[in-house]
Amino acid sequence: MDFHDYFDLTQLYADYAAAVSSGDWDLWPEFFTEECSYRLQPRENHERGFPLATLFFESKGMLKDRVYGIRETLFHDPYYQRLVVGTPLVRKVGGGRIDCEANYAVFRTKLSTETTVFNVGRTIDVVVRTPQGLKFESRLVVYDSELIPNAIIYPI
Amino acid sequence: MNESETTVTPKHIHWESTGTSRIPFEVYTDAAIHSKELDRFFYRNHWCYVGLEAEIPNIGDFKRTVVGERSVIMARGEDGGINVVENICAHRGMAFCRERHGNRKEFVCPYHQWSYTLQGNLQGVPFRRGVKQEGKVNGGMPADFDPAEHGLNKLAVAARGGVVFASFDHDIESLEDFMGPVILEYFDRLFNGRKLKILGYNRQRIPGNWKLMQENIKDPYHPGLLHTWFVTFGLWRADNKSRLVMDRLHRHAAMISTRGAAGKSGQVTQVSSFKETMQLHDPRFLDIVPEPWWGGPTAVMITLFPSLILQQQVNSVSTRHIQPDGHGAFNFVWTHFGFEDDTEEITQRRLRQANLFGPAGFVSADDGEVIEFSQQAFESRPLHHTLVEQGGREVGDTDHMVTETLIRGMYEYWRKVMEI
Repeated sequence: MDFHDYFDLTQLYADYAAAVSSGDWDLWPEFFTEECSYRLQPRENHERGFPLATLFFESKGMLKDRVYGIRETLFHDPYYQRLVVGTPLVRKVGGGRIDCEANYAVFRTKLSTETTVFNVGRTIDVVVRTPQGLKFESRLVVYDSELIPNAIIYPI
Repeated sequence: MNESETTVTPKHIHWESTGTSRIPFEVYTDAAIHSKELDRFFYRNHWCYVGLEAEIPNIGDFKRTVVGERSVIMARGEDGGINVVENICAHRGMAFCRERHGNRKEFVCPYHQWSYTLQGNLQGVPFRRGVKQEGKVNGGMPADFDPAEHGLNKLAVAARGGVVFASFDHDIESLEDFMGPVILEYFDRLFNGRKLKILGYNRQRIPGNWKLMQENIKDPYHPGLLHTWFVTFGLWRADNKSRLVMDRLHRHAAMISTRGAAGKSGQVTQVSSFKETMQLHDPRFLDIVPEPWWGGPTAVMITLFPSLILQQQVNSVSTRHIQPDGHGAFNFVWTHFGFEDDTEEITQRRLRQANLFGPAGFVSADDGEVIEFSQQAFESRPLHHTLVEQGGREVGDTDHMVTETLIRGMYEYWRKVMEI
């Protein structure tokens, strides 16, 4: 992998982190290919081979449906989230795809309350180059956090 | 109600009447009431959920969980039977089991290596006969020390259809009598003898009193109002064909509903949560295929008091375990499952439809939120009360869902057992 590709990859991770911390949820599906996979899964299920995910999306359409849900259908306490991502670790390059992963932490700030650590884990990703730049073909978000503090509304 | 000299309740709770259509906020905010609830509902006279047999298929498999606020271990013994023991070493009281699941030939407390069989019998005490040194024996347990008297605390166990319940109280009616024939019918509909296949877990912590989750699933009034997906896609709403039934003590209930037409319909959709133009980008979220065992209803939600909710919402099935932690919070553990004869397609469908439920679900995420904000208000004004008068002030089965009768029924039972 040359410097240019690695630079693009780090930009992708940085852009994604900025987008899901911005509150503009329409940005989120655009980081993915049309036929994509996004799963938010407890580490317990991942390591024990259980397929259940807390969010289990199989297309960009499903991501758009989630965005609509956040905005129009899911009653929830409003909160800010701040996603902090580590440097992506490239596991494999070839066949037109990059297999990579990164650690992350999400901080949540509810109105009039202190900031708390909301969710931590790592993403296990497959990134592909498209005419629109690098996109996630698959993003598996495996979280360590044993108890979700009530609800997860926004994408990580 | 007058408080007499013999009243042992921690403090006077003000009920507005002998009925239960107005529930004092204090039932959710008082630590002493909470302790009494643990004692009278979770530790005595009630079968509490511990897990599914499919979680411990092999001899030596175990799962750590809780009954009320007490740590217990469910394990499959050498004889293939299921044992449930309290996670407290008989020696120094340590909660010795730290893994949440695994496989063991025996249980060993790391502190002094006391060991127990999978049934919970004490089998080994290091230096029980002392330690020989320079011709004399140092230490050792007293001669009358009898290992048979110092096993782990064993719970009574009852299993049906692959679901395991336990009770600290051995003097308890059968699981079948506990559920009663009406609820048992719906329990057996879901757990009809097929082997279960675990799909995975979701765990969340809800900062609200544990009873509010029971009430949420005894409240068919809210789903067609709070939950846009239910009302818009006709999955659960006031004009669906439905039935509400209870056991004779009104502690358990089943809400039975059959999916109706989606779209606009009279008063039912004159609510802000109804989205007439809403269309999914990917309709596979609702790629529902009826299964033979449904026998008609598309959704049956069962509340087994005090610890368990059983969910069938179209193709998504789960157990939801209520694990109280003080009066103001509970952990809520979802175990999604399928059946041994499921095809790959039906498994995918169950996983996809699970997007509606759980801590991030299109439907269920709201429920945790409203419970949290109810608890906030209760804590700020404990002398006030909730109003549970939709459909009247009485308690009884109904053939519709425009009612809060199941909540009134639960508190009728609660007042009787709590004697307040």
